[in-house]
Parts: sequence; structure tokens; C-alpha cells
Amino acid sequence: MNDQRQPVLSIRGLHKAFGTLEVLRGIDLEAFEGDVISILGASGSGKSTLLRCINLLEVPDAGDIVLAGEAVQLRQRRDGARVVADRAQLDRLRSRLGFVFQSFNLWSHMTVLENVIEAPVHVQKRPRAECIAEAEALLEKVGIADKRDHYPAHLSGGQQQRAAIARALCMHPKVLLFDEPTSALDPELVGEVLRVMRGLAEEGRTMLVVTHELGFAREVSSRVVFLHRGAIEDDGPPERVFRAPASDRLRDFLASHLRA
Amino acid sequence: MDFAFMLETLQRIAAGVPLLLQLAGISIAIGAVFAMLLALMRVSGVRPLDLTARGYIFVFRGTPLLVQLFLIYYGLGQFPAVRATFLWPFLREPYWCAILALTLNTAAYGSEIIRGGLLSVPAGQVEAARACGMSGLLLFRRVVLPIAVRQALPAYGNELILMVKATSLASIITLMEVTGIAHKLISETYRAIEVFICAGAVYLLINFLLIRAVHGVEYWLSPHLRRPPAITGAPARA
Repeated sequence: MNDQRQPVLSIRGLHKAFGTLEVLRGIDLEAFEGDVISILGASGSGKSTLLRCINLLEVPDAGDIVLAGEAVQLRQRRDGARVVADRAQLDRLRSRLGFVFQSFNLWSHMTVLENVIEAPVHVQKRPRAECIAEAEALLEKVGIADKRDHYPAHLSGGQQQRAAIARALCMHPKVLLFDEPTSALDPELVGEVLRVMRGLAEEGRTMLVVTHELGFAREVSSRVVFLHRGAIEDDGPPERVFRAPASDRLRDFLASHLRA
Repeated sequence: MDFAFMLETLQRIAAGVPLLLQLAGISIAIGAVFAMLLALMRVSGVRPLDLTARGYIFVFRGTPLLVQLFLIYYGLGQFPAVRATFLWPFLREPYWCAILALTLNTAAYGSEIIRGGLLSVPAGQVEAARACGMSGLLLFRRVVLPIAVRQALPAYGNELILMVKATSLASIITLMEVTGIAHKLISETYRAIEVFICAGAVYLLINFLLIRAVHGVEYWLSPHLRRPPAITGAPARA
């Protein structure tokens, strides 16, 4: 297929510093339709910042982000900081990137169903009835259809995260971004979220997953990227990365995490 | 105690209730709008706006309402410039002076309560909204405000009660609301205890109803803080 070679998401030369701390130092990454890319790295390696830069929750200091052929417009402010040039474009692009947070971040004053249909109805302006039907199907799919009228506070962490995944899916995103989706969960709840994510990968969805779940990275992802101090140290198919890590640091990282 | 007298007193005092409710109702309604504007100025991050709001809040919280009332009622008319404006027909009326003073006062207190509510909105929930493509007014209307209001409501209920009681000061500038009528009755009968007990009872009743109403609104807005709805047929959770 032709469009197979047209990246859905393309990141070039991404730099980001917080004060004097350089968190990202020139990241290049391309995701093609159906790619499931696991992003590994020790804490502080910049992996969450990378994900947050992709949908501009953080504005990169340098570099380009292109989603489905459309480049995010940034401009230099007078004081040198870069800011988003076109808010309407930003909102549009963000609505095509599903973001799943480590801490779920469901809206506490809305029921699960209301959480899922909120952005489709109010941002994408789709008909409410259609969104409700789709939301119900998605809740069914992530296995919490019976919780549609519950509030987030009434759900377990795993259920909240699955609701958050349904919320992201209901916007028909081109790419799903997962920021350590299981790190805030009790160990016995991790499996239910990973199962949902595995299902999404099998459907051929394009996913970027920052994770510490090496099992998921090895079995589900099509590519593994290892970040160290804001730069990509290894990038390849999981079989190769896990069998023959390109750097000592990745080898140490894998050894310490597999042992745990 | 002379119950027949107290009953008659209550009836005469009750005639002041509509005025009390007008003073409180109008100033609370307009004051809430000002309070929201001031709170937004405070959290805007724009220094001139923030400082302006800070200064306003400092002055109106730092001085007695009674002094503000006097300054507006007796003070504004001193300036020919004020007398020349279209506002003068309003500002020479004690009714509007009282409403103005109460409004400006509650705006100052209310703004700090609302600011607290705005600051308590979890950053993660705002971020989630941004990540879904919400921004500006939509983000404020759908996520920030509903959460902030829920946080601010209990404290704002307090402010509403204080406002109902603060209307009693309007009697000093000749308004015949509950306290004004009570004063008049005392000067006619010299029976201060009975009359003030009646006046106190009227405030108590109004505030009782107000508290019930605020609780009702709180209850209606907070299903997420109560127990979840029971699911019929679902197995009990271990």
C-alpha cells in the first residue's frame, strides 16, 4: 500500500529544556499507520516530555511535529520562547491525538459516559445521539459498559483508565499517546488495562506508549525506542532490541527491569 | 412575655422582609458577577489586572461595610461631578446606595472564595481537556467553572448568610427593612427585648431557608461525591 509509507506522525529535531535542564536533545521519530511504538527509558530520560510535546502540552524549543501531513505552526515570541501560532489549528490537531494520562484525569463532575462524549460533542460538534451510541459501544469494548452512569470517583484505577481510553477513542484519533498508563495502578489492575491496549494494537491502531511494562513492549509493540538523557539510543523491532541491545545503558536498563 | 405583642411585632416586622430580600438578592446577584470578574483578574497572570483586583479587594475587605455605606450615602453627593451624572437619580436614593455598598463589599469577599475554587481545579483535568482540543471559553465553561463552583459553594453559602445579615446596616441610612422597623417599634414601645427577639427570629428563619437551599444545590451538584448508584443484577463487589 502506498499510504503505508506516509508517516502518520513525524517528529524532527525536537528539543526541549526546562530552564538549564535539557530534557529532549534532538528527537527524530516517525510513526506509520498501525505502528505500536513503545518508548522505554529510565525516569528523567525525557520520555513523558516527548509525549507531552507531541500534543503540545509542552511547547518544544525547537523541532517540527507533523501529524497526517499537517505541521504544527509555532512562532517565536519576542522573549525568544516558542508559542503556538494558531490556536484553532492546535485544538484541531489535539482532537486527532488521543492522550491517555498516567493519572487518568477523568473529569470528576461528569459520569463515565459524559466524559467519553464530552469532546466529540463539544469540540468535534458531532450529533449527541451518535456520540452516545458510539460511547456505549466503546465502554462495552473496554469492559465497563455497566459503569456508564458512574462517576470517576466510584471506579477502581483500572476502570478509570479504561474509561480514559474510551474517552480518547471516541474522538477517532489518528494516533493514540499513552503516558505510563499503568504506572499509577495497583499490580492486580495492570492486566486489565494492558489487555485493552493489546486489543487496540491488534486492531491496527497507531500507538505511542511510554511504559515500564517490558512484557507489553516485547510482545505487543512493533517498535521499541529507548531514550536516554533526552536522546534516542536505540530504535528497532522488539525482538532485536531485547535480544541485542545497542547500548550498554539499554542492556543495564533491561537487566534491572526484567529482574524486578 | 407578652405573646400578643410579639405576634403583632412579628407581623409589622415581616413588612420589612421584601426590602431585605431585595437588598440581599440584588447585591448578591450583581456581586457574584463582579466577584467572578475579580477572581479571573486575580488568576489571569496579567500583572496590571491582578494588582487592580488585589487593591480593590484590599480596600473593600479591609474597611467596615458601615463605613463604606456612609461614604457612599453621605460622601458621593459632595462631588458636583457625581451629581451631574445620569447616576445621580440612583445615588441619592438610600436604596441604591445600600445595594451599591453591599454589592461592592460582597464582590470583594466572593472573589477570594471563587479564586480559591478556580485554583483548586486539578491541573490534570484541565490538561485532559486541552489534550481533547478544548481551550478558552469552552474549557472554562465545561470543565474549569463546574469544578470550581462545586469547590467554592460551601464557602459561598457562608458569604450569602453574611449578606443577609449585612442588610441590617441599611437601616442606618433610613431604609425600613427588618432592623429599621424594629428600631422604630422600639422607639414607640420601649420594649427592646421582645422586638429584637422578633427581628432576630426573622433573620434566623430567612437564613435557615437559605442554608437549606444552598445544601440542596450542593447535593444536586455533587452526585460524584456520594455512593454510586446500585446496579441491579450486578454481583456484589468483594
